[in-house]
Amino acid sequence: MRPFLSQVRTELALTSRQGEQLLVSLGIPLLVLVFFSTVDVLPTGTDDPVDFLAPAVLALAVMSTAMVSLGIGTGFERHYGVLKRLGAAPLGRGRWVAAKVTTVLAVEVVQWVVLVAVAVALGWSPPATGWAAAVLGALLGTAAFAGLGLLMAGTLPGLATLAAANGLYLVLLLTGGMVVPLSELPGPVAAVSKALPAAPLAAVTTGALTAGGSVPPWAWISLTAWAVLAPLAAVLTFRWE
Amino acid sequence: MEVRDLVIRYGDLVAVDGVSFTAAVGEVTVVLGPNGAGKTSTVEHLEGYRRASSGRVRVLGLDPVADHRRLTRRVGVMLQSGGIPTAIRPLELLRQYAGFFPHPLDPEHLLDRVRLTQRARTPFRRLSGGEQQRLSLALALVGRPEVVFLDEPTSGVDLDGRDAVRTIVAELRADGVAVVLTTHDLDEAERTADHVVILDRGRVVADGPPEQLMRDAAGEDLLFRAPAGLDRDDLARVVGAPVEEVSPGEYRVGAAPDPATVAAVTAWLAEHDLPLGDLRAGRQRLDDVFRRLTAGEPSSGAASAATGRRANRARRRRGAAG
Repeated sequence: MRPFLSQVRTELALTSRQGEQLLVSLGIPLLVLVFFSTVDVLPTGTDDPVDFLAPAVLALAVMSTAMVSLGIGTGFERHYGVLKRLGAAPLGRGRWVAAKVTTVLAVEVVQWVVLVAVAVALGWSPPATGWAAAVLGALLGTAAFAGLGLLMAGTLPGLATLAAANGLYLVLLLTGGMVVPLSELPGPVAAVSKALPAAPLAAVTTGALTAGGSVPPWAWISLTAWAVLAPLAAVLTFRWE
Repeated sequence: MEVRDLVIRYGDLVAVDGVSFTAAVGEVTVVLGPNGAGKTSTVEHLEGYRRASSGRVRVLGLDPVADHRRLTRRVGVMLQSGGIPTAIRPLELLRQYAGFFPHPLDPEHLLDRVRLTQRARTPFRRLSGGEQQRLSLALALVGRPEVVFLDEPTSGVDLDGRDAVRTIVAELRADGVAVVLTTHDLDEAERTADHVVILDRGRVVADGPPEQLMRDAAGEDLLFRAPAGLDRDDLARVVGAPVEEVSPGEYRVGAAPDPATVAAVTAWLAEHDLPLGDLRAGRQRLDDVFRRLTAGEPSSGAASAATGRRANRARRRRGAAG
């Protein structure tokens, strides 16, 4: 337990010190939420844009932290030999993965608290009954996106991980129903998006946290498949050096 | 620690080709050799990172790869480079690793031992090269290891830093720790080693205490430095023994280093009005032993180092890294 806690403490300290990671994990979701809630230019399909944007940026925050921050951070740790050095210490892969997951979840909790507080201040009032499904979706989404982030970090060079994670983030942000609803996208694009992990996660959070909304079955199926397959692919391909 | 007939191949390249040696507790074993000689491959197998193609290796009685998890508590590792997050602070790093071991050293005291107390809260990337190496050394010690592997601990370290590293190596030895250190710095090896293993192109070319290596290789000759390109034939005729230019400006006379030979050489130099530097008769420096043992085909060493790197990349692509 002590090695695990020691690793978590270090991971949290290093995460809090990475300005660019905080920008991606908190800055961008906040900007999207505040800007598009006050400037009503998006075809959100709701009376008040915050009703769509608040649950959508909660999904975006999960993608930011689990895929982009984790992927880039781990990619550079691999690049600098940090993972190699840890491999010679009695920490073990299991506790290392557990520490990474704990750190991601801790950051996500902070993100959600801040985003929900800001959204409520902007007039959002989600149905209380939707939180269980939203949290379950976030956990599945964390597994899926962490798997993708580690898949990139464990196979690509450090800088390539940086580029790939940011590029994928931007594509999924635009096509994943996190800023623009899927219904506004061209049919084939929306169909492809449903098979990628971002749209199902956004469908879960928006479906669960919108009054009178519901989560379509395809979203649970697609998200669960990603939550299983992406970490599996990462485990099978991850290279420590 | 025992290494017997260790072979490590990267694809077609044989990086380590039948290496055998032992390292005892309370001794400093220095693995010496030019770049590409197989030093790091050997040490990385002992650390559990690389699989061996064949051979039998035991560290504290255990297999370094198969029993890696059990060994991590008892072994300290200093990588040749990297291994530390750029944003971490020295004290924070030592506390992190201290948390992994059941009975660690006190991080603050350890930081003081490597003279980094003043830099306890400076991010790693802002430390000088020598400070980074000293921190990396401290990291190898934090778990009170029984065996310590130091891969090129003094490369890029200033003189003060070298003294700090030497002092710590001496303390480890006194505490009964087995220290295995790689270097291509001969001076370093001569000062710190109880036992030297010289590798060249993946093979052991010499193995023993430094004094013994120097004695064995001393032979019947005399070494001196003088301007490059002397008329060796003329000198050889006068001295009555073959004269070889080992490297530009460095000569070896193949005759017993007795006063008569020394007199003949110095007289010849005086006659030609040539300066004489660094005359050595009898006891040689490890430098000479090393150079003689690893001499010949100088270009192949560089070529095999390059092939090694290529093979490394190929291996990484295949994902076979341990």
